[in-house]
Amino acid sequence: MSTVTDTIHHDDDHHEHHAPPSGIKRWLYTTNHKDIGTLYLWFAFIMFLTGGAMAMVIRAELFQPGLQIVDPNFFNQMTTVHGLIMVFGAVMPAFTGLANWLVPMMIGAPDMALPRMNNWSFWILPFAFLILLSSLFMEGGGPAFGWTFYAPLSTTYSGDSTALFVFSVHIMGISSIMGAINVIVTIFNMRAPGMTWMKMPLFVWTWLITAFLLIAVMPVLAGAVTMVLTDKFFGTSFFDAAGGGDPVMFQHIFWFFGHPEVYIMILPAFGIISQIVPTFARKRLFGYASMVYATASIALLSFIVWAHHMFTTGMPVFAEMFFMLATMLISVPTGVKVFNWVATMWRGSLSFEVPMLFALAFIVLFTIGGLSGLMLAITPVDFQYHDTYFVVAHFHYVLVTGAIFSIMAAVYYWLPKWTGKMFDITLAKWHFWCSLVSVNVLFFPMHFVGLAGMPRRIPDYALQFADFNKWISLGGFAFGLSQLIFLALLIKACSKKGEPVSDQVWEGAEGLEWEIPSPAPYHTFETPPVIK
Amino acid sequence: MAMLGVFQSGTAFAESVSDLDQYQLNMRRGVTDISAEVYDLHMLMFIICVVIAVGVFGAMFYSILFHRKSRGAKPANFHESVKVEIAWTVVPFIILIVMAIPAAKTLIAMEDASEPDVTVLVTGSQWKWHYKYMDNDVEFFSRLATQPDEISGKLEKGVNYLLEVDQPLVIPTDKRVRFLITSDDVIHSWWVPDFAVKQDANPGFINDAWAQVNEPGIYRGQCAELCGKDHGFMPVVVIAKEPAEYDKWIGERQAIQEKAKAEEQRLLAMNMSKEELMSNGQKIYTSACAACHMPNGEGLPGVFPALKGSDIALNDMAAHIDIVLNGKTGTAMAAFAKQLTMSELAAVITYERNAWGNDTGDLVQAKDINAALNGQ
Amino acid sequence: MAQPEYEKYYVPDSSPWPIVGAVALFLIAVGAGNFVIEQTRNTSGYGGHILVAGFATLIFMLFGWFRNQIHESMSGLYSAQLGRSYRQGMAWFIFSEVMFFGAFFGALFYARMIAIPWLGGSGNNAATNEVLWPAFEAIWPLVETPGGVQTEAMGWYGLPLINTVILLISSVTCHFAHVALEENKRGRLKLMLGITVLLGAIFMVLQVEEYLHAYQEMGLTLQSGIYGNTFFLLTGFHGLHVTLGAIILFIMLLRIFKGHFTPDDHFAFQAGSWYWHFVDVVWVMLFFFVYIL
Ligand code: HEA
Ligand code: HEA
Ligand code: CUA
Ligand SMILES: [Cu+2]
Repeated sequence: MSTVTDTIHHDDDHHEHHAPPSGIKRWLYTTNHKDIGTLYLWFAFIMFLTGGAMAMVIRAELFQPGLQIVDPNFFNQMTTVHGLIMVFGAVMPAFTGLANWLVPMMIGAPDMALPRMNNWSFWILPFAFLILLSSLFMEGGGPAFGWTFYAPLSTTYSGDSTALFVFSVHIMGISSIMGAINVIVTIFNMRAPGMTWMKMPLFVWTWLITAFLLIAVMPVLAGAVTMVLTDKFFGTSFFDAAGGGDPVMFQHIFWFFGHPEVYIMILPAFGIISQIVPTFARKRLFGYASMVYATASIALLSFIVWAHHMFTTGMPVFAEMFFMLATMLISVPTGVKVFNWVATMWRGSLSFEVPMLFALAFIVLFTIGGLSGLMLAITPVDFQYHDTYFVVAHFHYVLVTGAIFSIMAAVYYWLPKWTGKMFDITLAKWHFWCSLVSVNVLFFPMHFVGLAGMPRRIPDYALQFADFNKWISLGGFAFGLSQLIFLALLIKACSKKGEPVSDQVWEGAEGLEWEIPSPAPYHTFETPPVIK
Repeated sequence: MAMLGVFQSGTAFAESVSDLDQYQLNMRRGVTDISAEVYDLHMLMFIICVVIAVGVFGAMFYSILFHRKSRGAKPANFHESVKVEIAWTVVPFIILIVMAIPAAKTLIAMEDASEPDVTVLVTGSQWKWHYKYMDNDVEFFSRLATQPDEISGKLEKGVNYLLEVDQPLVIPTDKRVRFLITSDDVIHSWWVPDFAVKQDANPGFINDAWAQVNEPGIYRGQCAELCGKDHGFMPVVVIAKEPAEYDKWIGERQAIQEKAKAEEQRLLAMNMSKEELMSNGQKIYTSACAACHMPNGEGLPGVFPALKGSDIALNDMAAHIDIVLNGKTGTAMAAFAKQLTMSELAAVITYERNAWGNDTGDLVQAKDINAALNGQ
Repeated sequence: MAQPEYEKYYVPDSSPWPIVGAVALFLIAVGAGNFVIEQTRNTSGYGGHILVAGFATLIFMLFGWFRNQIHESMSGLYSAQLGRSYRQGMAWFIFSEVMFFGAFFGALFYARMIAIPWLGGSGNNAATNEVLWPAFEAIWPLVETPGGVQTEAMGWYGLPLINTVILLISSVTCHFAHVALEENKRGRLKLMLGITVLLGAIFMVLQVEEYLHAYQEMGLTLQSGIYGNTFFLLTGFHGLHVTLGAIILFIMLLRIFKGHFTPDDHFAFQAGSWYWHFVDVVWVMLFFFVYIL
């Protein structure tokens, strides 16, 4: 898409009538999309470190067979809270942070459509996670039933802290829904004149569809936790056969939310990659329209594949068949995306700045994760894969080298625009190469132990898995330490050190956000740009 | 392609060493026709995926190498092509169909558990399996046999560490064995990789699965659904015997169980000494109760109640017997009446009332249990 | 986009209310969690107090926030574009509510069409019925659970039917109120909205009546198996929404008496009336699937 404004630096004649207030109140009371974006991103990063620290506990315990460091009950709390924090605390808020920063700038809007609600959505999150984390210190410990909290383990057989888990998920859900409503309304209603649907940058498109998924499925999650609450504390029997319910019904409701949820964690990533690759290939994105349609089809299909997580629960054969075929279909639109990225690079003029490095790693490693997903979709074989480390390998490839790598790519791509300074490129390259190597040492062998038969969610394992687990753990520690390089780089970048950058920052970058000054002024597009 | 090489040499290696080979890289081919089909399907999918990956990454790395700016590449400016885009929508679709057809066939074969020769009811509970032969009067529990000291590292770990049980399930080879799978408490999943059987054990519902084993042997698996604290310590061990040997085994087993019943009746008339009750009680406590109430009787605060110094273990004995026999609905406390014999129940309750400083001095005898069971 | 003249989009300066709202939700979550635990474990603690404090904070926040907003709106800071943002936001919020109810309707359909027939031995679940629940018969309404708890089914005539009629009428009066507002007939607006709120209140009273009847005479409780569960959760959450909707409309009524809203600027009123129609549609679904079928 060629979006050109005729009002470059349009706000020259505007005086900065409200510059950011200073002090803590700025952050507590802010209604500015850039401030809120920053808050979201830092929060997500802190949660990533927290969830990562829990992963380190998991990997330390699994370093060798036998129980060494934690007892099984605590181990289960670690896997559960690790999953919850990474999904709801790290990936989703990071994407929302990026949406806050970028969507208004990309569509030429002065801010998000509902700025005060935007602040509310953010500030709920720290409180929600405070509740979740503090439940770990309750008598009986925190949630220990997996991030999927299958009943009746999460009802009759769980600790009292389940009540706090339920309410913290409720308020997280409220936050996500409000955030998503804000994004959707912003995109529908705040586009600058001339910013037609098919001129919107792909990041905006993917977020539009993600926001729709969020509004559609977060309430279902709220329903699921509510039923868990009443089953555990108020004597209902939604998930208890003795009262006419069914534990498998929980899984249907959960995965009706859960599967779209995993696409909530990858569609914005697709958007990011679709912004970055054309820039560094110096060539327009191949197949813009088909990217949009592919995203929409992935989102629609995501509503009819949920039971691929439940092949071993004893569904009738025709249902298994249906969910297998529907799941396999998702590979087609996803493939279209991968092919489009490759075609964008084809006969381009490529250069390999840090954002591009992460984007390239994303394309390769996400595809590996996607292909193992396709293998999981084959019902009869999933009977062997299910609940083994093969699944763990699959979802870390799509989540860590997919979602997380895309977020890192995005941060490197837009950071100079945010701070006005180039980040420390040497550190960034160290971060990339260390991460790339260690992440594969961490997650690739999981395929092998999974196929060899190691179940997931166990604190101790049989001897034949010992050697690979040692490597996995070492890779894990190395990957964890590599993230400290990122932390150092970000702190340095925020202290405004470094070479000043031009407005366009990257040769080849196109779009409204590259036409405003660097660093981006506190208020942009108070009068909308005109897009030809 | 390198990856494929690793996989294949991995399998070859795995087959040449032993079933507990240290570097197993790939799925097992297993010992049933179905498991072999599943394995072949897995390899087919794997190879297709590798081919796709090589194609996609090949094109990408070609651009990276030859279309880089530092080599002076000038960007072309094509940005769509209906033909190409249709091609790469349709071709993957066809690949998927190629994958789906054999998959559907195998799936249908797997799910048809009709006309079994032998039927076993498999019941999971926290954290052991119970097997009941539906055509014979044989049933028993199967618990982890690995020593706690091996787990904590005080003893060296044996070869079958965590994959060994006190009483394995025994099935005949060359017969269709149908497994009816259910649970007493949370969801478990009964998994034997060599049979390609993994079925969730859902409380209140019965799932089925079947296997026809081609080779006699010992096959090991594990519970595959998070079922609480000791989910990692709930192995499945199945011994497949030639039909003749199997018949012999089941005959013996039946005799033993009948004898035990007779013994049980005899014990009803007898009173055991406190020492005997306490020492039996401790053994049973360790295997049946300690997982939740902890070996020291202190439980896990907030999750599992303590017995040490508790109201129920110190006061009303009838209530104590009742909760052990019938469990407590709405909690994790299971009904032990059918899990333990009357004399075992008597011993364990005596133990709980006299251990860890619970000095009630109460003795419970098998006949007390019998009375409670028959509703006094 | 035909937008010849650009109206400034109002971006509020920083505001203390959202963070107050976040604290309120925090207190509600902590309070509710502890309250539930204390209630079922029969222990004492501060759960209830924290919960009340949370709701008080929430109400405080709502007043403050809306006062700000009403003030801004009345002083003409808002543009048509902002009005669209509000309307679209409200529409998506209602969509999220639809999905929330969807989860419970889903549970109802699943139980009726899958779980209960399976417990009764249909499909390949013959063993489930024979081995585990030999005495169980699959019927709906489930008047006897597999575990043996007995209850009675709630009929659709009588109170539920009356309630349906009441809500349907209230939806119509609510619509007339809206029309009156747009035609600037303030007298009729007050009358119609007043009737709507009153009907909402009557609905709630009758609903309480019905619950009492269920608990005291029919033995239909929250504990009586999946029939009672879906019945009480669906009608209960609906009741909660009716209460909320009625409160919103009541506040609108007060604002109308103070002279707020004009024929072409009345977002708050419109949002309230949409909400009311939504609650009404949910009830019709409920009446059909929970009571009649
Ligand atoms: C970002 C998150 C994300 C994404 C994008 C995906 C993507 C996919 N996932 Fe994954 N998945 C998870 C996160 C994700 N998943 C998580 C968290 C779990 C575990 C949850 C839990 O139990 O805790 C899980 C589990 C999971 C299971 C259940 C496994 C089990 O428990 O037994 C299955 C089964 O079908 C599955 C399938 C797929 C498929 C088919 C895709 C597809 O979308 C992938 C499509 C992509 C490609 C196929 C690659 C690119 C395509 C081409 C190059 C085109 C050519 C290819 C062909 C035509 C073949 N996933
Ligand atoms: C986006 C989501 C996301 C992300 C980013 C990650 C990141 C990681 N995950 Fe996780 N994971 C999940 C989502 C995610 N995971 C989910 C959903 C589950 C399923 C849970 C369940 O079963 O219910 C799971 C489960 C899971 C398991 C399986 C547990 C089990 O089944 O028993 C393991 C085991 O190795 C694991 C490991 C890791 C590791 C090593 C990382 C690393 O990438 C983390 C790296 C980051 C850091 C380490 C932080 C930075 C460094 C520091 C804070 C300094 C300290 C560092 C050192 C001391 C070295 N994860
Ligand atoms: Cu039983 Cu896991
Ligand atoms: Cu999925």
